[in-house]
Amino acid sequence: MLAGSLAILVLVLALLIAALLRRPAQSDDSERGTGLWLWTLGLAFPLTTLAALTVYGLQMGERLLPRDTPDLVTVTAEARQWAWTFGYPDAPGLATDGVLHIPAGRPVDVQITSRDVVHSFWVPRLAGKLDALPGHVNVLRIEAPAPGTYSGQTAEFNGAGYAGHVFTVQAHDPAAWVRFLQEGPP
Amino acid sequence: MTQKPPRRGTALRLHRQLERIWSPDPRFRGWLTTNNNNDVGRLFLAVATLFFVIGGLLAMLIRAQLATPGSAFMGPEAYNQVFTMHGTVMMFLFAIPFFEALAVLLLPGMLGTRDLAFPRLGVYGLWVYIFGGSAVIVAMLMGLSPDGGWFMYPPLSSAAFSPGIGADVWLLGITSIEVSAIATAVEIVVTVLRYRAAGMSLSRMPIFAWYILVVAVMILTAFPPMILGSLLLETERALGWPFFQVENGGDPLLWQHLFWLFGHPEVYIIFLPAAGMIATILPVMARTTLLGYGWVVAAAVSLAVLSFGLWVHHMFTTGIPHLGLAFFSAASTLVAVPTSIMIFSWIGTLWKGRVQMKLPMLWLLGFFATFVIGGLTGVMLAIVPFNWQVHDTHFVVAHLHYVLIGGYVFPMIAAVYYFQPLLTGRFHYFRLGAVAFWLVVPAFHITFLAVHVVGLLGQRRRTWTYDEGQGWELLNLIASTASFVMAIGFALVILDIGITTFSGLRGKRNPWGATTLEWAAPMPSPAYGFASIPIVRGRYPLTDDPDLPQRIARGEGYLADTSRNRREALIVTTTTGKPLQVAVMPGNSALPILLAVVTSTSFLAPLVQAYWLSALALVGVVIVALVWVWTTAPRQSEGLVDAGHGARLPVAAESPDPPGWWGSLFLLVADGVHFGSLMFGYAFLWTVAPNWPPPSYLVPTLLPVLLALGGAAALAAGPRLAARAVATGHRTALALVLSLFGALSLATAAASVMLARQDPAGHAYDAALWLLAGHVGFHAALAVIMLGYLALRRISGHGLRVGEARIVSLWADFTAATGLVALAAAWLPGTFA
Repeated sequence: MLAGSLAILVLVLALLIAALLRRPAQSDDSERGTGLWLWTLGLAFPLTTLAALTVYGLQMGERLLPRDTPDLVTVTAEARQWAWTFGYPDAPGLATDGVLHIPAGRPVDVQITSRDVVHSFWVPRLAGKLDALPGHVNVLRIEAPAPGTYSGQTAEFNGAGYAGHVFTVQAHDPAAWVRFLQEGPP
Repeated sequence: MTQKPPRRGTALRLHRQLERIWSPDPRFRGWLTTNNNNDVGRLFLAVATLFFVIGGLLAMLIRAQLATPGSAFMGPEAYNQVFTMHGTVMMFLFAIPFFEALAVLLLPGMLGTRDLAFPRLGVYGLWVYIFGGSAVIVAMLMGLSPDGGWFMYPPLSSAAFSPGIGADVWLLGITSIEVSAIATAVEIVVTVLRYRAAGMSLSRMPIFAWYILVVAVMILTAFPPMILGSLLLETERALGWPFFQVENGGDPLLWQHLFWLFGHPEVYIIFLPAAGMIATILPVMARTTLLGYGWVVAAAVSLAVLSFGLWVHHMFTTGIPHLGLAFFSAASTLVAVPTSIMIFSWIGTLWKGRVQMKLPMLWLLGFFATFVIGGLTGVMLAIVPFNWQVHDTHFVVAHLHYVLIGGYVFPMIAAVYYFQPLLTGRFHYFRLGAVAFWLVVPAFHITFLAVHVVGLLGQRRRTWTYDEGQGWELLNLIASTASFVMAIGFALVILDIGITTFSGLRGKRNPWGATTLEWAAPMPSPAYGFASIPIVRGRYPLTDDPDLPQRIARGEGYLADTSRNRREALIVTTTTGKPLQVAVMPGNSALPILLAVVTSTSFLAPLVQAYWLSALALVGVVIVALVWVWTTAPRQSEGLVDAGHGARLPVAAESPDPPGWWGSLFLLVADGVHFGSLMFGYAFLWTVAPNWPPPSYLVPTLLPVLLALGGAAALAAGPRLAARAVATGHRTALALVLSLFGALSLATAAASVMLARQDPAGHAYDAALWLLAGHVGFHAALAVIMLGYLALRRISGHGLRVGEARIVSLWADFTAATGLVALAAAWLPGTFA
């Protein structure tokens, strides 16, 4: 995308500079050049590039969508000013503040909601962001490639404590995940 | 060509007579009573520039804070106010008023007329803007600014999470400024459609007129959802009506829809006037004509239409289904097509011409280099997975500054330099302008390239500080340093323009060799604009007829006769530009500023809980408005008048479609969109919000339904019968009484809804019912006032005019139609539940 954008930028600026340097003996008040400038460059060129780009983007987006899989794990995330509480339907009653525990290598659905204002759940290395809205539950599919910690943050301005409204995701190997569900956070 | 000997005597005599008729009061109070577009536009421009400086200072505070990690310069409370105000001031107090100011100044000249269609409405808009904007700034200086971000998402902006008056300052101040923008938009639309030079058909209009027409229509259709959103949020904050509170049937997402329904078109409302300036200036700088005039007009129109289909792209992360996202993603990328047509039309224009590298052209090159990058990052943002990552980071901040500064501020600076000789009669002689350019543009790119990168590295927008060790320190320091250089550059631009305005060289007419009518006026443009209304035969009147300025000055166009001793302009047919009516323009008056004072008081008094004052001021609004209309309406009929060139035309006030009728029509477009937004909100809450359906429904009884049906029918029929009676010389009393009966019945039906559901704070359903009923009641009251005015005219013996009755008929039809829809929406669910 970046390379394509740069190519377009260079093309447009090159045409612009050429147009500036060009010194026709007489200014041309006619409408010649409509075919090249308007039909080709103005209309056909963006239509083809944009169509390709949109299709590509939608395919990418489809791949990121939650699909049903047998080893799916569901967790809940509830935001408030300025903290996150995570719940685990697999271990009723278990809740953690500020740290989301998930198994590594398995798809995880995070059910995101808010208790007060609009927040947004964002773990840059695991997925894009999704808003936490009061009264609504949004589901985000994430998958941690390996055990470890991933930092996350709120990504919708939510008042005075916004800058410090962060959390971490702790991804466990299978054994540690089972232990977590049974015994809670270590 | 046979050149007549110059008849200086005629031109000078005409000039003196017109000066006397058109000039404002020379004393200081003239500034408060003038309604000439030259004065209004200049004040508008000066005030908008002042707000640009304030917004710029706020930006400097932001960059000072972010220059280093862990900065102790501001705490989060102060920082949140500063960034909220920076966005608010730049978007609402600078960007929109600034192009409106240029349109007010230049449009009459471009169209070949003498003033805008509703000069007093323009003054009113100006003062409402000045009062509302000042209130917002005063609140900021008192530390009472809003601090929830310039898009004010509830529940953060609701009373529970934003106590204090900060959010109210935003809602009331900004709404009053939107009222002013709508007033100006109505004025612009009617001017472009009706007030032009003789022979200026739509296809001969200067390109800027097309752009500004599209923009004005967009203002009329995009601002009402925002005004509704502000109304909902303010009633929730002040009265507890739960539109956005989930527990009682509200939904915070409703705000986001209403806000972006306005917010995205807003971006194009800001860009298109700048594009219109580019399309005007660029061909002149290249000594040729615009390539593909029709293409560019079509591109502007389609950009406007498309921009209303993309609001959801600001909400890609709110959990909207992927299919919906696909639609809006495609629409968002599609918007690049008309933009690309414009860009290549301009490059093609430069290609066929010989470019002169004057100062306006330099700024236009700055536009190209910047805007193309902003457009490309915009396309990236339209791609959903990418958006999910960079949404709400500094990448978005950088993108929008590329588009807004590159796409709006640079072309506007070009426009100010280009039109300065016309507006001030003085020429630029100094090298300072070029120095400023070479400070601003490179520093801009350094600043916001760094901001792009830091956004990609994950820095969130609106965080008041950040920690060391994330790789952001150097980039932020670079951005802050360069931004200060840019600020110095902008200060030099303002200084340069100021110096030229007061001490530049005097010069001859049309210094750039432009082809459009505004350059046919003397320099600086006098209050009356043209000594006679020009006759044009093509799209480039000054090329077609280089002698045109002298002929206009000698009074060889229309309306050169000053013997009627009043301000007159020509109204033409909308498509072909054939002379149709003679408009009589109002003279200097203190009424507009008085109306602005009472309007602003009624808007701003609730900030200090002075609701009684607000109500009192509202009564004042009605009284001043009635005096205004009463004193403007002519007393006697004069039949056909001599317009010159053998044309005998009716006076506009005696025509069936006077300017007031056209103005009402477009005001009702805005009103209709407002009503449509209200219906959308009601349906949205019903289908999407949690905690619906409501615990109980309103079940209608027979009497109110009959009252509504009968009232609507009477209200639609009455003013029609009155108009017909006036036209045929019959008595109007019965028709007026019938209309009055209709309005009162409809209002009674609306009141029955409120009486049946007495607790609007209980559930969003009830709150929505009250708003629907309120809409009906408000418009019925308006109809009663208008009918009262007609009755008063009749009783006092001034006689009614068909045009006046038809204006009332327009409002009555709207009231009857939306009244029935609103009441049906209130009653039907309960009937079938």
